[in-house]
Amino acid sequence: MTKLKFLLTLHEKLSGLPQDEVEERLHFYSEMIEDRMEEGLSEEDAVAAVGSVDEIAAQIAADIPLAKIAKDRIKPKRRLKAWEIVLLALGSPIWLSLLIAAFAVVLSVYAALWSVVVSLWAVFASLVGGALGGIVAGIGFALGGKVIAGSALLGGGIVCVGLSIFLFFGCKAAAKGLLALTKLVVVWIKQLFIKKEEA
Amino acid sequence: MDIQLKRGLLDVCVLAAIKNEDSYGYKIIKDMKPYIALSESTLYTILKRLELADMLSVRTTEHGGRLRKYYHITDAGLKRIAEFKDDWQEILSIYRFVTKEDDGNDQT
Repeated sequence: MTKLKFLLTLHEKLSGLPQDEVEERLHFYSEMIEDRMEEGLSEEDAVAAVGSVDEIAAQIAADIPLAKIAKDRIKPKRRLKAWEIVLLALGSPIWLSLLIAAFAVVLSVYAALWSVVVSLWAVFASLVGGALGGIVAGIGFALGGKVIAGSALLGGGIVCVGLSIFLFFGCKAAAKGLLALTKLVVVWIKQLFIKKEEA
Repeated sequence: MDIQLKRGLLDVCVLAAIKNEDSYGYKIIKDMKPYIALSESTLYTILKRLELADMLSVRTTEHGGRLRKYYHITDAGLKRIAEFKDDWQEILSIYRFVTKEDDGNDQT
């Protein structure tokens, strides 16, 4: 591969990045190739020594933080024309409300998921309450002479203890699972951005 | 090696490569080669980071009918190298502690 071909291909691969940054990188690689040629390497060998364009492009993409990629993508590539701005402003009651609605839907689904977890913990708390109440009341009744009622209450309390132990692990697993799901979704959103950048 | 740790070490390596005299990209890679392999894209990222942190300054000069960028270490860069030497004492003592634990485990 010639130096020119190398630089042109790299330029093409980096087209998603800001122009000044692309130029600076191209200058850098050009200097690297020329310095190697000055040392006696042929153009072909000098280009090969710098590495493959695909590898370089992939590493550059990995090095640039997601926030910067997102910022560059959101920033319009050119100035908006007057009629586009008018259209955006006129359409804002529609697209803005749609955007807010979409956000609200996502938020409410997330809130609903967490409320399931919260209610599981609430059941757990009431079972613990029931267990304590049952045992204390059961012992009280038994000491007061009402042995049958007392032992029934005591039995109920012990059942509550057993159930609450089971539910404790269930609650923990549910909360953990939801946290893992949140992480997955965040990673998925990040990947959406990066894939777009590579395309 | 841990990426964060390696990144910090490479920063200091590049600073050390331009410590005694100003240098340029290819020469930095060549000087470091006997000690640590460094790809061009990694070097670019490091140089950029060090420039933004004011640890080095860049000047472009003509060389054989083309342009070449020379990198010059600043006081902040020299300070970073000095800090690294101090840090290293601490790392060495941590290393001694970690390997001592290993010895203890081996005996049991």
